[in-house]
Amino acid sequence: MTKLRQTPSQTVGPYFAYGLSPEQYGYQQNLTSIAGSQMAEGDVEGERIRVEGRVFDGAGNPISDALIEVWQADSLGRYAHPADPRGSNNTFKGFGRCGTGTDPRNRFWFDTIKPGQVAPGQAPHLNVIVTMRGMLLHAFTRIYFSDETANATDKVLAAVPAERRGTLIATHQGGNVYRFDIHMQGDDETVFFDA
Amino acid sequence: MTELFNPRDWSGQPGYIAPDYKSTPLRGPTKPLIPLPQTLSELTGPVYGQESVTGQDADLTRNGRRNGEPLGERIIVAGRVLDEDGRPVPNTLLEIWQANAAGRYIHQTDQHDAPIDPNFFGGGRCVTNADGAYRFMSVKPGAYPWPNHHNAWRPNHIHFSLFGPSFVTRLVTQMYFPGDPLLALDPIFLATPAETRDLLIAQFSLDLTEPNYALGYAFDIVLRGRTATPMEA
Repeated sequence: MTKLRQTPSQTVGPYFAYGLSPEQYGYQQNLTSIAGSQMAEGDVEGERIRVEGRVFDGAGNPISDALIEVWQADSLGRYAHPADPRGSNNTFKGFGRCGTGTDPRNRFWFDTIKPGQVAPGQAPHLNVIVTMRGMLLHAFTRIYFSDETANATDKVLAAVPAERRGTLIATHQGGNVYRFDIHMQGDDETVFFDA
Repeated sequence: MTELFNPRDWSGQPGYIAPDYKSTPLRGPTKPLIPLPQTLSELTGPVYGQESVTGQDADLTRNGRRNGEPLGERIIVAGRVLDEDGRPVPNTLLEIWQANAAGRYIHQTDQHDAPIDPNFFGGGRCVTNADGAYRFMSVKPGAYPWPNHHNAWRPNHIHFSLFGPSFVTRLVTQMYFPGDPLLALDPIFLATPAETRDLLIAQFSLDLTEPNYALGYAFDIVLRGRTATPMEA
């Protein structure tokens, strides 16, 4: 059977906010948001953390119209998706979405829980999609945590050249805050994956 | 045996750096992508089904009304979401956004000197049914100028965002209209390899057209399919 070709990607453009993140940008009178920065509601189990950062272009300037999406496991390392046979027994959906256009410093931020280990040997991580005006297709990256000893045994981190590994690791800022800046280009270019 | 997802069809996708689209040279990654084995993190993904759509979310001619109908040419945009083997992708969320009939976005940073339509918002969403089918009502978006180069105008288009069955099937794209003379001049459309550009253009459909009401456009979307290879532990 002849395979169909994948529909090509096109840029999200500068005006995604009211379609994809309407509540964050003040358009909630017309459309609710399916997801936002507040990922862990109510009594969801787990260590509450904030992950925040900025996105920099090749000239080192912060980008004000990027969209960051994260997908993560719950505190026991389970994904709320049918392909995870363990399922998740709580209301944590695991998806967050934040544009960089509403914070005065162009930060994105996620108030969430620290994910558990999905499988032995894997370090806790968030799966990340980065997209923006000026990207014709989105990029995949991951956020690991600087205070996790399991980083040393994680196969994905091990496959990344040692000198670039640090670009995937959010640094603990004290309290419950982790910082993860994304560099699209340059010496510190974040590792992006062919997933 | 867990089925993995086919890789991105790089030969049919635009590149990260497309110099004629002048925002790309400083924003697209430049170092080689690192291959990522598909684990549970990639084989799962956000689940947003029918419960995430309410009321008139799929009818853009109604979801922004204040005191009347939006201006413009009413359209119906409908089609199916399929994988590369032609299998329907059911129960998956589509999110769309577009300019109004005059070519103006409601977004606060759009400063194009064309009128805002007080009765048109321009954002909406719907979920595919068991056959992978979806349907939106809207008005045809206008063309608008953008600062990429002298006298640059974006062709009429609707932005589409889809999840599909996993994190790696996510797609953000744009749907264009047939016969638009601006397509041949648009660096974003032209950044797509010639052999797959037509996949971005909807087809006029008399079958979808509703007599005395709205023109119909058919637009099918193909997401990454599956391959029978074991998942890496």
